[in-house]
Amino acid sequence: MSPPLEHDYIGLSELPPAAAVPGTGEEGALNLKETELRLGLPGSESPSRKDKVGLTLELLPKSFASGSKRGYSDAIDGAGKWGLSAGEGGSEVDLGKGGGLFSPRGEKAAAGGGQLPGQGNAGREPAVNAAGQERKAAAPVRGSVAHDRVMAPAAKAQVVGWPPIRSYRKNTMAINPSKIKDDDDGKQGIGCLYVKVSMDGAPYLRKVDLKTCNNYKELSSSLEKMFSCFTLGQCGSHGIPCKDGLSESRLTDLLNGSEYVVTYEDKDGDWMLVGDVPWEMFTDSCRRLRIMKGSDAIGLAPRAMEKCKNKN
Amino acid sequence: MTYFPEEVVEHIFDFLGSHRDRNTVSTVCKAWYQVERLSRQHVFVGNCYAIRPERVMARFPRMKSLSVKGKPHFADFNLVPYDWGGYALPWIEAAARCCTGLEELRLKRMVVSDDGLELLARFFPNFKSLVLVSCDGFSTDGLASIATYCRGLRELDLQENEVDDHGCQWLNCFPDSCTSLVSLNFACLKGEVNAGALERLIARSPNLRSLKLNRAISVESLNKILSRAPHLVDLGTGSFAVDDRAEAYHRLMNCFTKCKTLRCMSGFGEASPCCLKALYPVCINLIVLNLSYAPAIPSDDLIKLICHCSNLQKLWVLDCIGDKGLAVVASTCKELQELRVFPSDIYGAGTTSVTEEGLVAVSSGCPKLNSVLYFCYQMTNSALITVAKNCPHFIRFRLCILDPGKPDPLTNQPLDEGFGAIVRSCKNLRRLSLSGLLTDQVFLFIGLYAKCLEMLSIAFAGNSDKGMIYVLDGCKNLRKLEIRDCPFGDGALLKNVEKYEAMRSLWMSSCEATLGGCKALAAKMPRLNVEIINESGNLVESKENLSDVNKMEKIYVYRSVAGPRNDAPEFVWTL
Repeated sequence: MSPPLEHDYIGLSELPPAAAVPGTGEEGALNLKETELRLGLPGSESPSRKDKVGLTLELLPKSFASGSKRGYSDAIDGAGKWGLSAGEGGSEVDLGKGGGLFSPRGEKAAAGGGQLPGQGNAGREPAVNAAGQERKAAAPVRGSVAHDRVMAPAAKAQVVGWPPIRSYRKNTMAINPSKIKDDDDGKQGIGCLYVKVSMDGAPYLRKVDLKTCNNYKELSSSLEKMFSCFTLGQCGSHGIPCKDGLSESRLTDLLNGSEYVVTYEDKDGDWMLVGDVPWEMFTDSCRRLRIMKGSDAIGLAPRAMEKCKNKN
Repeated sequence: MTYFPEEVVEHIFDFLGSHRDRNTVSTVCKAWYQVERLSRQHVFVGNCYAIRPERVMARFPRMKSLSVKGKPHFADFNLVPYDWGGYALPWIEAAARCCTGLEELRLKRMVVSDDGLELLARFFPNFKSLVLVSCDGFSTDGLASIATYCRGLRELDLQENEVDDHGCQWLNCFPDSCTSLVSLNFACLKGEVNAGALERLIARSPNLRSLKLNRAISVESLNKILSRAPHLVDLGTGSFAVDDRAEAYHRLMNCFTKCKTLRCMSGFGEASPCCLKALYPVCINLIVLNLSYAPAIPSDDLIKLICHCSNLQKLWVLDCIGDKGLAVVASTCKELQELRVFPSDIYGAGTTSVTEEGLVAVSSGCPKLNSVLYFCYQMTNSALITVAKNCPHFIRFRLCILDPGKPDPLTNQPLDEGFGAIVRSCKNLRRLSLSGLLTDQVFLFIGLYAKCLEMLSIAFAGNSDKGMIYVLDGCKNLRKLEIRDCPFGDGALLKNVEKYEAMRSLWMSSCEATLGGCKALAAKMPRLNVEIINESGNLVESKENLSDVNKMEKIYVYRSVAGPRNDAPEFVWTL
């Protein structure tokens, strides 16, 4: 993950490109600083305003997505930096009377347009119209910075202190997932999806956050790290040839060559071999993981393939 | 009555429940004043700057319970700058000097420091109950002091405060000898708490009736707690995140089956639809259910839950319940008195979750409904007229149409007629919040009919000074008036200046009143504090630059016998 950005308090200095790929594209295709309208002394840079709760009106391109997770952790890091800690409402910025006062539009502003399938919340909103920032929305923004991509059109910009909801409530709601994933077995916190991982023969289970991995390779290296003390197995110790997951040949390598195989229980309760389906589909349906002995898993592969075919 | 010995008079005063009644009898004659003040145990100060703490302590030396409110209500919505004021320390210090018999302190919207909490813990040997609502300025260290030093603490109730997390040790500070807890609410704390210490604390608190956990408490922990505290009446769950196939879920349902006395529930921090089923055993007994801090739960799942809650009197819920869900509330919850529907999607682009239909349904189905807070995207005059007809007993009616200044979508008219119907029908209406497109006409109605109205909140409404004048002239019992973004200027501000002395406070922000108007008001009414809150940089410098015609961004006017306050920050200017 890139280090926290220098930016105005909402965490928008560099804006992701229009591609709706989450977790990537922190380098903005557009330098929107040029188009940024701000209330402040001319020539003042946004970083210098990070301690004051800045007020900016930002016009953003119609559609873009960004690394929601990163944005959120920026907010968390930044929140401390900017002193957006509990109790501080942020000092007021110089506002001429009648200055445009806007609040950030959070996660659902796009009315669900263009959402990635099966994604819940955590700011994976691709559609953005325009952004406004509420001077005192520091607190709710803290949570909803992850959702900063979704903004209201300029015409529908909100006003400070509106709607009249207590900051405490706004903060709490920002932390809450606003949509419940059907698959709620993984303990869901803020943009994380923890699933249990059991390993045959290990004295205790572990939990892994599927959202910290972007592909099977990363998952297998995480698992390897977690369970290396228990096994000499080679789960994912080699590179994975294809992008989307383990190929069939790789599968056989695992089954034949290594001692252990990674399987998962899907939404229907069936045990599947990890690696068949695209990563997104996997994280969507995976309820728990099990690292089984290769010998036990041999019967698994054909069923897994069939099921995958049926699904597709 | 002057022929009665004082003890008899005092005994008669004991029957006077409310502060207002006691205040009134104290003005009858000197003798009564003395009797009343020496026997007063509960003191309520609605505005901490209306009177100096020392005077309160001096007048009521036998005070056992003190309630103080600080910041104006609009501070809840970030309209009042952070360090505006409302400090609790002067009150605690004054009490420490004169009223060490204090047993209970309730503070709302005040800045409380850890030092203040430590003072409270150490200097009041009989201190039993601390209730902090929407306060800030303190950390878990302050809570540690309370836990450590307050012998016989009965109540520690933290509602929606901003508390700095300095670690989880505060809970461990309750000594083993502390067995007196009746109510413990730390739902607003963000940090972890030592689960084991909590369980042990609860195990040695046989009188515990109200427990509200924070999100850090897992369901596993909740199970252990519930098994130790089966007599709970009021429970705020922690995270409530559990898989309905897990062992923990079944234990939870089991625990709930044993909680026969549970009547109020809240929390549900990370609840998902399936784990709500664990509540079914207790639903029939619930009178208060607060789901407003749960994540957005699909309407159908909420409906399944509500169907079991036929004794509900108070329901707080998110708007994802939908009109359909509210219809089920209307048909199931015949005892319902208070309904609050909060928006689940504040920044949304008008995704319709509840509309006027939901409100109409509840008004028609729930005959005892008297208090409503309703956030929605649209409202019609005809709906409001129907609601008014269905519910003439409203005490509180607060409607927030999320689009400021939005008219009736059917007729494109302002909502004057609708709100007019409300105030005409609801003769006992004490609190009203307006929204939507409104002209001066609605204020004419309010002034004419809302004779019991005590608190009025106005935003983006009205056409001219006349609106505000109607209200000030007509609402005889008005105590708090808060206005934002309305075209009311000096004419309105200065028309009925004596009125403000009969009120607790007036707030006007983003209106048309000027510095000149405020100065005139301050000059005419010396017993009012007229505060200008001017956040544009250094007020001292800009004071010279401000001319009388400048419009004032934020004005806060309140009656006070304490004079201008001495703790005002730089950006607050008391005229």
